[in-house]
Amino acid sequence: MDGAHDLGGTHGFGPVDRSQQQNFVGEWEEKVFGLTLACGMQGKWNLDQSRFARERMDPAHYLGSSYYEHWLHGLELLLVETGLLSAKELESGVAEPAGAFKPVPRERVRGILEQGSPTLMECESNAAWQIGDRVRIRNEHPHHHTRMPRYIRGRCGEIVQHYGAHIFPDAHSESGEKVPSHLYNVRFSGEELWGDQAAEANSAIYVDVFEPYIEGPAS
Amino acid sequence: MSDHQHPHHHTAPLSEIEQRVKQLETLLVDKGLVDPKAMDELVDTYEHRVGPRNGARVVARAWTDPEYKQRLLEDATSAIMEMGYAGRQGEHMQVVENTDKVHNMVVCTLCSCYPWPVLGLPPTWYKASSYRSRAVSEPRAVLEEFGVNLDPDVEVRVWDSTSEIRYLVLPRRPNNTEHLNQDQLAELVERDAMIGVAVVPVPTEAAA
Repeated sequence: MDGAHDLGGTHGFGPVDRSQQQNFVGEWEEKVFGLTLACGMQGKWNLDQSRFARERMDPAHYLGSSYYEHWLHGLELLLVETGLLSAKELESGVAEPAGAFKPVPRERVRGILEQGSPTLMECESNAAWQIGDRVRIRNEHPHHHTRMPRYIRGRCGEIVQHYGAHIFPDAHSESGEKVPSHLYNVRFSGEELWGDQAAEANSAIYVDVFEPYIEGPAS
Repeated sequence: MSDHQHPHHHTAPLSEIEQRVKQLETLLVDKGLVDPKAMDELVDTYEHRVGPRNGARVVARAWTDPEYKQRLLEDATSAIMEMGYAGRQGEHMQVVENTDKVHNMVVCTLCSCYPWPVLGLPPTWYKASSYRSRAVSEPRAVLEEFGVNLDPDVEVRVWDSTSEIRYLVLPRRPNNTEHLNQDQLAELVERDAMIGVAVVPVPTEAAA
C-alpha cells in the first residue's frame, strides 16, 4: 500500500537526529518490544502481517508518532483482528475470561530467537532473469502489503544478484500462505531514480526485488 | 498552603501511552498470552547479550583471516553462523565490502529491517523518517552529516533492505593497525561503521 511508511525519497524531514542512542526511551518502549515479540510467538500472525498492521496506521499519526508507538498500534490491531483479544477487552483492560491461552514460557525464548524464521524456499519454476539483465519494475499501486517501494516503480535497473526463491511478502500478508518467489538484487543508478537534476553523482541504490515486481526487460 | 503536601518523593504521573501499555501488559498476562519472565528474557537478550560487538568480531576476523573474509563475502549467513551468531532478523545475511573505490551504506526505507544477530536493535535514527527518506536520494549529504566526506570518485552504494536479506557493511581496515590482534581490532569497530555511516578511525596510539 502507498502509506506513510514508504518513505524513500520523501522531502522535508530535516537532518538526521542522533541525540537518542539507547535501545529504548523509557520503560514503556521496552514493554512494547517485549509484548510484541512474546505475542508474535503465539503464531497467529507472520512478519508481513505485522508490518501491514503498522502500515495501516493513519498517515498523520504514523509520521507524528515514535517508532514503538507504531509497534503498539500494530500489536493492538493484530490482537483484535486475530481474535486473541476482543475490542471490549482491549478497551476495558479486563480479561474475559482470564487464563484463556498458554503463554510461551521463558525457557523457550532463546531457542525461538536463535532459530528465527528463514524465508528461503524450494521453487519449481526457474528464475526468469539472469545476473546482468536490465529490467523494468512494474508501475503498480496495490492496496495490500508489498515490499516494492514507490521510488523504484516504473524504473529500470540491472540484476546483480539472485538470492534463490523466498516467501513472497504480498501473498504472505494477504493469506498467510508461503508462496515461493525468486528474489533478486537490482542496481538502480541515482539518475534513473531521481533524475539528472536531483541525483547525487556516482551513487547507486541496490534494492531487493521479488520476481512478480518485474514487468519485463528494460527497453 | 495545601494540606496535601506529602513528605515522600513524588514520581511523575504516567503519561497516556505509559498507562495504555501498562493496561495492555496486565491484560495480556491475565489472558495467558504473555509470560512476564519471557518478556524479561526478550528485552535482556537485546539489551545485554546481542549487539554490535558481535558484528565487530566478524569484521576483525575478516580483516585478519583472508580465507574467512572470502567465505564471508561468498556466504555471509554461514560464515557469521561459524562465529555463533544467527537467528531472528539475521536468517539470510549479505556482507558488502567497502574499498577505496566503493562505499556501502544500509537503510530500510519501508520499516526498520536491520541485522539483529550481529548489530542488535537499530538505533532510533535508523528507524526515523529523516534517515529512511534521505539515505536513498541523498546518501552523500547524509554521510556528511555523520562526518563522512567521500571523494567524488568513490561510488556510494545504498542497500535498501526490502526483503528478508540483511546487510552488514565490512568497513575498511584503518592504516597503522598491523600490530593489533583480532580482539584489539574488534575494539575499533563501532556500530555505525557496520551500517556504513562511519569509517573506522585510525587508533589514536597508532596515529601518534
